[in-house]
Amino acid sequence: MKQNISLSVDTLCYHCGDSLPASPYLLEDKQFCCLGCQGVYQILSSNNLSSYYAFNNVPGASQKKAAQHFDYLDEQDIAAKLVDYTDDTNTVITLFIPAIHCSSCIYLLEHLHKINNNISQSRIDFLKKQVSITFKNQVISLRKVVELLAAVGYEPLISLQDVVKKQQSDHSERNLVAKIAVAGFCFGNVMLLSFPDYFGFSSFEQNFKDFFGWANLAFSIPVLLYSGRDYFISAWTNLKNGVLNLDFPLALGIAVMFIRSLAEIVTHTGAGFIDTLCSLVFFLLIGKWMQQRTYHYLSFERDYRSYFPVAVTRIVDNKEQAVPLNELKTGNRILIRSNEIIPADAILLKGEAKVDFSFVTGEALPVNKILGEIIYAGGRQLGGAIELEVVKPVSQSYLTKLWNNETFVQQKDPIKTFSDTASKYFSMVLLAIALAAGLFWINTDLNKAVASFTAVLIIACPCALALSSPFTLTAVLSIFDKNKFYLKNTAVIEELARMDTIVFDKTGTITNPQSKGFQFVGELGNSERQLISDLARNSGHPLSRELVKWLDLTSCFPVNKYREMVGRGISGEVNGHQLKMGSAAFLGLTEKDKGSVVHILVDNRYCGHFKSEQRWRTGFRQVALKLGQHQDLHLLSGDQDHDRDLLVPFFPRNQQLHFKQSPQDKLDYIMKLQQGGSKVMMFGDGLNDAGALKQSNLGIAVTDDINNFSPGCDAILDGEAFDKIPLFIKQARSAVRVIHMSFVISLTYNAVGLFFAVQGLLSPLMAAILMPLSTLTIILFTSLAARFYARKNQLL
Amino acid sequence: MNMIYMLIGFSILLALIFLLAFLWASKSGQNDDLYTPGVRMLFDDQPEELKEIKSDEDH
Repeated sequence: MKQNISLSVDTLCYHCGDSLPASPYLLEDKQFCCLGCQGVYQILSSNNLSSYYAFNNVPGASQKKAAQHFDYLDEQDIAAKLVDYTDDTNTVITLFIPAIHCSSCIYLLEHLHKINNNISQSRIDFLKKQVSITFKNQVISLRKVVELLAAVGYEPLISLQDVVKKQQSDHSERNLVAKIAVAGFCFGNVMLLSFPDYFGFSSFEQNFKDFFGWANLAFSIPVLLYSGRDYFISAWTNLKNGVLNLDFPLALGIAVMFIRSLAEIVTHTGAGFIDTLCSLVFFLLIGKWMQQRTYHYLSFERDYRSYFPVAVTRIVDNKEQAVPLNELKTGNRILIRSNEIIPADAILLKGEAKVDFSFVTGEALPVNKILGEIIYAGGRQLGGAIELEVVKPVSQSYLTKLWNNETFVQQKDPIKTFSDTASKYFSMVLLAIALAAGLFWINTDLNKAVASFTAVLIIACPCALALSSPFTLTAVLSIFDKNKFYLKNTAVIEELARMDTIVFDKTGTITNPQSKGFQFVGELGNSERQLISDLARNSGHPLSRELVKWLDLTSCFPVNKYREMVGRGISGEVNGHQLKMGSAAFLGLTEKDKGSVVHILVDNRYCGHFKSEQRWRTGFRQVALKLGQHQDLHLLSGDQDHDRDLLVPFFPRNQQLHFKQSPQDKLDYIMKLQQGGSKVMMFGDGLNDAGALKQSNLGIAVTDDINNFSPGCDAILDGEAFDKIPLFIKQARSAVRVIHMSFVISLTYNAVGLFFAVQGLLSPLMAAILMPLSTLTIILFTSLAARFYARKNQLL
Repeated sequence: MNMIYMLIGFSILLALIFLLAFLWASKSGQNDDLYTPGVRMLFDDQPEELKEIKSDEDH
């Protein structure tokens, strides 16, 4: 451990752990990769918060990204929408901070008051990555608080579609836990009070029997009216809509159990089934809770609003002013700084626009725009600041129009699960058996007729049946979770097993945005490679960093007279040679660049250029070949078709490769496939896939950082787990098989119980044993079987 | 044997108190975040001069 640390300190940035440039920043014998990291360290050490670095090795996040502007937080209307509570002295705000990841983060963010004592309290919710800050609004503004967070490396993500608020108002889980607590409390006490009855009372104990019966009845009332209420409501609403789901026999069973117990206790004819009733409701609620449990606080319902900034800088009479996006009108003049997103379709008025549209169109290379050209919303400006005139309001732009499409207005049909289908038949068969048993005895013995009718409904109450799906699927869900595949809910697993058509997006989905390869056109010796590597090491530009990584050489020579022209190129003197590298314009070449190209000039001799190439995600070949055996593969790309030849081997027919697709084209294509009877699963990543993801039966967003923006979808797949897709599908199929098997098991238990019930021989003791026994069997079987298959499918 | 009524009454009352305590805790949000408090209690507030020594020990 000790050695590890000293090693990492030598070669890596003390703050963020990135590799160091040739001339690292030095402060108090600690090395930093950039000024940002050094700045954070300075703030922390001067405020006596150095323990931040003691709890974890390199806890910080890289500070190379340009900081955002938060001036819009000074606008009262915007700030009012964001804060939770405010009065004359204090304001409370909850912010989402994606960078939270370790105990050092908790330490630092909860000690903000040491840096600025006008922050009275800050509390982290680690799993949700949220921090709730209370500050004195007379002394420090919201903007200052947020800027402080950004300065220590924890920039909050503030978006129009605020996820934080929604989570705060949702207390459904708390309510469910309260219901489980009440049911569990009653269940325990009822079991205790029912126990004497299982062994029988002697004659002098008869008055106890009455007392226990009445006490049991009293305990069952909160279970019936509070804990089990949802089952009655759900059964009733479903019945009104003509749907028979599993809640109907459950509600019927609970009601019959209560009525029969009431009758038996009042008439002193028996002990009733209160114990079974309470255990049933308790187990059912636990199953429900398992199903609803969230492992990760991810948002699956995002649209363009959470990708766009909250406000934009408008220029009125040569003065800058922050306005909320929805107040932006046609004709407004706006200022977009480097790295900001263009929020509405606009005409370029001033500056050099170099816009990255990869998220919107799938086009991998940045586009240069000239004055007077229209720039569509959603692009990110990579060059310097530009001024634009808005031509369409935010909600009507080329990109956001997609959300006015009817696909987004309609609710997606809920996924049809196996238990929904099975329960329809189950309910009908159950009712038929109960009636048959009742009618059979009605002529000979009326009491027995009622007894057998109710006993059938009680014993066949599908508790184990209702639990087999939730327990299997949650087990699989947590297995997927460990493998970095995050699902919106458990029904998605069953849907995953059914898909027969798979559609891929190209840029960012099957290509890896982080790892790039290079191809050198021209001639280059080993010594020149070394010079290039040494020079490029000094630059923070993404292309230079990629190039250094790709060349994979250790630094050798120091660089003199280093100069960098942002976004254009770098030059310097290395080992006596004059080196110049960058865009064609920077080197004074006449040719025009196609794509990301780095030209090389050594001692004024042109050597050639590096061309950046995209790389497939690891395992893409195997994934495509494996999936292609059973499923139909399609590709929809918004990009140009220069990669067509590379992709042909993976897709069965040329007609299934489509390039230059607009967001609307993608949506229509999916719809066309579905009309042909296909079940479509779509893998996408950008905003341009949002429509297609929504339309497809199963939309999966692929992302390299699950905290970053991903469009609305049913599941989020971490890019690292891309090669496991075939395994996930296999596991989903196994899960469905496990559900089928557990249905057979619980039906067997039901059949045994029914054998006694139809004869009118069911005793409360038998019911009290059979119900928990079958439930326990199902819970054990499903969780073990799910893990067994996961091991077989190499997911554990 | 009539003592049994009283004993049962007391035991249920006691259980009821625990139930209500749990419901109150749940309602006031104490069970919402089960991770952070466990980490939070491990941080010590350090006196100024002990800062360097202390951080070395934590390795």
